[in-house]
Amino acid sequence: MGSYLTRRFLLMALTLFGMSVLIFVMLRLVPGNVADILVDSAGIADPKEKAKIARELGIDRPIFDQYIHWIGGLVQGDLGFAYVSERPAIEEIAPRIPISAKLAGLALFFSVIMGVPLGVISAVRQNTALDYFLRVLSLSGLSLPSFWLGLLILMASVQWFGMIPIYTNEPRSFIDEMLLLSIPAAAVGFRSSALIMRLTRSSMLEVLRQDYIRTARSKGASQTSVNYDHALRNALLPVVTIIGIEAAFLIGGLIVTETVFNIPGVARFLVEAILWRDYPIVQNLVMLIAFVVIVVNFLVDMAYMALDPRIKYAD
Amino acid sequence: MAIINHEAALSRAGANVTGWWSRILFFTRRYPLGAVGALIVLVFVLTAVFANFIAPYDPTSTNARASLAKPGMAYFLGADFRCRDMFSRIVYGARISLTVGLGATLLGGILGVTIGLMSGYLGGWIDLGTQRVMDVMQSLPLLVMALVMAASLGPSLENTIIAIAIPLVPTVARVVRSSTLSLREQPFVEAARAVGMGEARIAVRHVLPNTLAPLIVLGTAQLGSAILTEASLSFLGLGIPEPYPSWGRMLSESAAEYVRTAPWLVIFPGVAISLTVFGTNLLGDALRDILDPRERT
Repeated sequence: MGSYLTRRFLLMALTLFGMSVLIFVMLRLVPGNVADILVDSAGIADPKEKAKIARELGIDRPIFDQYIHWIGGLVQGDLGFAYVSERPAIEEIAPRIPISAKLAGLALFFSVIMGVPLGVISAVRQNTALDYFLRVLSLSGLSLPSFWLGLLILMASVQWFGMIPIYTNEPRSFIDEMLLLSIPAAAVGFRSSALIMRLTRSSMLEVLRQDYIRTARSKGASQTSVNYDHALRNALLPVVTIIGIEAAFLIGGLIVTETVFNIPGVARFLVEAILWRDYPIVQNLVMLIAFVVIVVNFLVDMAYMALDPRIKYAD
Repeated sequence: MAIINHEAALSRAGANVTGWWSRILFFTRRYPLGAVGALIVLVFVLTAVFANFIAPYDPTSTNARASLAKPGMAYFLGADFRCRDMFSRIVYGARISLTVGLGATLLGGILGVTIGLMSGYLGGWIDLGTQRVMDVMQSLPLLVMALVMAASLGPSLENTIIAIAIPLVPTVARVVRSSTLSLREQPFVEAARAVGMGEARIAVRHVLPNTLAPLIVLGTAQLGSAILTEASLSFLGLGIPEPYPSWGRMLSESAAEYVRTAPWLVIFPGVAISLTVFGTNLLGDALRDILDPRERT
């Protein structure tokens, strides 16, 4: 186990390093840098002025130097300065993390409480009208773009309540904030719940065919007990994996949903930073996302081992 | 050596069929949802191909009197704020969606197959190296990776295709690699080697055809997500540029403001995206049931 963990941590570090090189190089391929954009938007055309801005921002130095400077700072917790706001990047990013984290947490919660029970029902009632309905519902969940679902929700609330539930200023209380976030979270969660439901269904069907389920039935266990005590417990393992994958999937949903509902989280900030060529923000946010995905995958593997004693990671 | 044997699949299912029509009828009865999906995809493809015959107006032409016209006789699905006919734009939008969806899926598929086949067949350091690169690419969600790629390539139709194709590569490569790993130990590969066939030829002629079934299933799923990703990228302003009528961008133009005043600008492009992706998903599910018996539920 010890050497498995060591190898695993080394691999995680290697992946993060690879990501840092990839994102750094890709951003430098962007046609037009921030100096051009700042200069253009300010209406200055003087090349000297432009060179001065480039020097101040450090983007006139060789690309390798820039990389070392960034990574050197990153490992010491220094994220550099945002180009656009000229404030330390950490001050721009940190306050937005809790908002996105709450939204993602809520969305994951919604997707699990909708996805798992519906998946079980669909499997237990296999090939009935209800099963067909739920399967079509879950497929439609995978097909609706979450930003469109968001827009439809906005439209419905304008129509029926005469207001738009978007994130304005600081919400007054925690409850207020959760209520406000629950609408976009449902829009994101609906899509994720579809995946969870499909996997729960197929995993349940697999388990329901096992010998021990027949044994449980033949010894007279009730239908509910067979379904929940015997089947669901064993069917949940792959579902844990998909919930882990979902965590990564949710980030994609957050990007568009935060934009639609005007929520000042990190995901929308990433899009803004990309549009502004604000490299320090984009680089650090991408590293943050990759870090979250890698850590979640690791936790899922660990959870797998804790849940199923048959699984052991070889040294 | 073809593993996808429809005749065998049909006779296993107890079908006594001859001719195309009866075969289509059989599949429709056996996989009703898949048939609906196939129909939706067919309509989508035909719309894209014959857009210039179906659309009543040029999707980019403007008519000042039509600004924000409500759906009605003249403008079937209304007109947008730039006075362009929505129905024509949606019809032409199918072309963009199909081009980007198919383009990205095929490009990602070709790259993924090449990498996966090499990685699985050659093994050793090449395999180890490629797998680590795939790890890196998979550590970002599809949309985030596509966003960064799209931004670094710049907005154009071709670049959008590349930006969506690259993040699709690791999944294809992993699927092909894992089938290749088990296939290369099979007796028929050994036999091919024994008769003096070259390694590259064995990989392409004997190993690759046997990975096709899972690839087709994966490809259909990826077609749906490529279409969705294009819509999301264009919605965020990093996808297809003007004047192409992209469904995603039609929604971003009409978003917040028109939610109140012109709901038809929000409803119809979204319906088009959802319906198309829904069709590919239904078709993909049926194909999985037909081609991949292990996954059958």
